Amino acid sequence: MKCDICKKKEATIHLTKIIEGEVHNINLCEDCAKKQGLVGEGSDVAEFLFSLEVPKTKKEPEVVEVKCEACGFTQSQLKKVGRLGCPECYTAFEDILEEIIKSMHKGNRHVGKVPRAQQTGKTIAEKIKQLQEQLDKAVAVEDYERAAALRDEIKRIRSKLTDGESQE
Amino acid sequence: MNLMEFLTPLTEVAKRSGPEGTIVISSRVRLARNLKGFAFPGWASKHDRIKALELMRPAVENLPQMKESFSAGMEELDNLDKQILVERHLISREHASKSAGSAVVFSKGEVYSVMINEEDHLRMQVILPGLQLEECWEKIDEVDTILEKQLDYAFSPKYGYLTACPTNLGTAIRVSAMVHLPGLVLAEQINQVIQAVNKLGLAVRGLFGEGTDALGNVFQISNQQTLGEDENRIVDRLSKVVAQIIEHENNARAILLEKKKKIVLNHIGRAYGILSNAYSISSKEALNLLSLFKLGIDYGFFPDVPRSLAEELFLICQPAHLQKMSANPMEPEERDILRADILRERLKGVKGPVLK
Repeated sequence: MKCDICKKKEATIHLTKIIEGEVHNINLCEDCAKKQGLVGEGSDVAEFLFSLEVPKTKKEPEVVEVKCEACGFTQSQLKKVGRLGCPECYTAFEDILEEIIKSMHKGNRHVGKVPRAQQTGKTIAEKIKQLQEQLDKAVAVEDYERAAALRDEIKRIRSKLTDGESQE
Repeated sequence: MNLMEFLTPLTEVAKRSGPEGTIVISSRVRLARNLKGFAFPGWASKHDRIKALELMRPAVENLPQMKESFSAGMEELDNLDKQILVERHLISREHASKSAGSAVVFSKGEVYSVMINEEDHLRMQVILPGLQLEECWEKIDEVDTILEKQLDYAFSPKYGYLTACPTNLGTAIRVSAMVHLPGLVLAEQINQVIQAVNKLGLAVRGLFGEGTDALGNVFQISNQQTLGEDENRIVDRLSKVVAQIIEHENNARAILLEKKKKIVLNHIGRAYGILSNAYSISSKEALNLLSLFKLGIDYGFFPDVPRSLAEELFLICQPAHLQKMSANPMEPEERDILRADILRERLKGVKGPVLK
C-alpha cells in the first residue's frame, strides 16, 4: 500500500478515524508521518487528523431517519455519540455498523466464549469449523505447538457434544 | 457499611506482590455483559435502569466469590468515597459520576469487583498483583459462567456479547497490565516502545486509563480489539508483549546503571532530596518522584528500605487517600502541605542513596 500523501513510499503507519459515523483510513509512510508531526516528540495526532480533508466518498445521508424499533434510538444519535441504545440496535443499524465494526476489530465474526444457553449444535459445529481452519493455518506455518493445542480443543468440544447427546 | 473499614489497609496493599512484581504492579481482566431486552444504561430511562439493577445486583451479591463483599448503590457513596474507589482501580471515573440506578460490588481483598450500570449493564473485573493475566481470565471466566445461568445475556452468534459501544463487541474482554517503567522513560526509549506496542493493535494508557497521564511512570497496556480473536489468544498475546516490555525495562535499567551511573544517581538523589525535605508538594510531583525513589530501591541504593514503603506512599499521595487522613475537607494547597508533612515524616529515618 502506498502512502496517501507522497503516493510514492510504502505506507507503514495506518490510522483510522471516524467522522460522523463514517470510517476514513489514512495510510502514511514513515517520512510523511514525521513531517506531519505524528512520529517523535511533540506529535499531535488529534490536530493532524482534524486538519486532513475529509474525503467525500459516500452520498449525503438519506432524509429518512433509521430508528431502532425496540428502544427508539436513532441513526443520528448513533453518529453523534458512537454508542448504541440497546442490544437490538445491532440489528436495526446493521448496514451502517458493518463497516465501522470491520475497521475497529481483527475480524467481523465473534470467536470465543459463548453463553451455555446459546450453545446450540449449530454454534458448536461452527466453532469446530473455525478451530479446524485455524488448525490448518497453524500446520501451514509449521506452528505445531499451536496446532496440537487446537487439535486437543477440537477433541474436547467433540467429546462434550457426544456426551451431552448421550445423556439426553 | 463503612468503606474504609472494609477496604484493605494501605500498609497491606503496599505489600502485595506477584510474579515480575518489581515492574508489573497488577494484572487485570474485565468483561462487559448486557441484559437482553433492556436498553443500555446510557440510553435507558431511570426506571428501566433501576429495574435492570434490581435483577443484577442480587445475582452479583450472591456469587460465591462475593461471600464477603461490599455493595453499595452509587447514590449511597459520597464523592470522596467514590474517588477512593477510583484510586484503588475498583471503579472507573465514569462510574464515579453515576448516582441512583448504578451500583458497585467488590469482594474482601478487592480481587473481584463489579460495576453495575456503568457504560454496560455489567463490567466485572479481577485484579491480581504482578503478571498474572491468565489467572485473572480464569477467575473472571468462572464468575461470568455463574452469572450467565441467572441473567439472560444479550448475545449474537455473529457479533458475540453485545455492548453499548461497538469497540467492545465480541468477547467484550479487556486484558490489561499496569507496569512501572522508569528505566525506559529515563533512557528516553519509552516513545519507541509505545509506538511498537500500538502497532500491534494494543493500547498504552496512563495510570487511570483512557485519556490520563502516565503519572509516576505507570502505564497500562491493554488490548483494543475484541472481535475476531478468542479470549485465550488475546490474553496470550498481551502476556507475551508484557514479557517483552519487562525485558526492555530491565535492559534499560541495566544499561543506565552501567553507562550513566552518576546521572541515574543524580535523578534518584534529587527525588529523595525533594521528597524528604519539601514543605508543599503536588500529587503529580510526588508520584513522579516516588517513581524514582522506587527505582532507587530496586537498584539497591536504599539498602534498608522496604519496597512497600514507596508503594504505600504512592497510594497515600493521591488526593482522595490523602483527604481521608484529615478530619476536615482540605483545599488543594492544604493537601500539598499535608502531603509534604507525611512524606518528610515517613522518610525521616531514610538515608540518601548510596552505591554499594
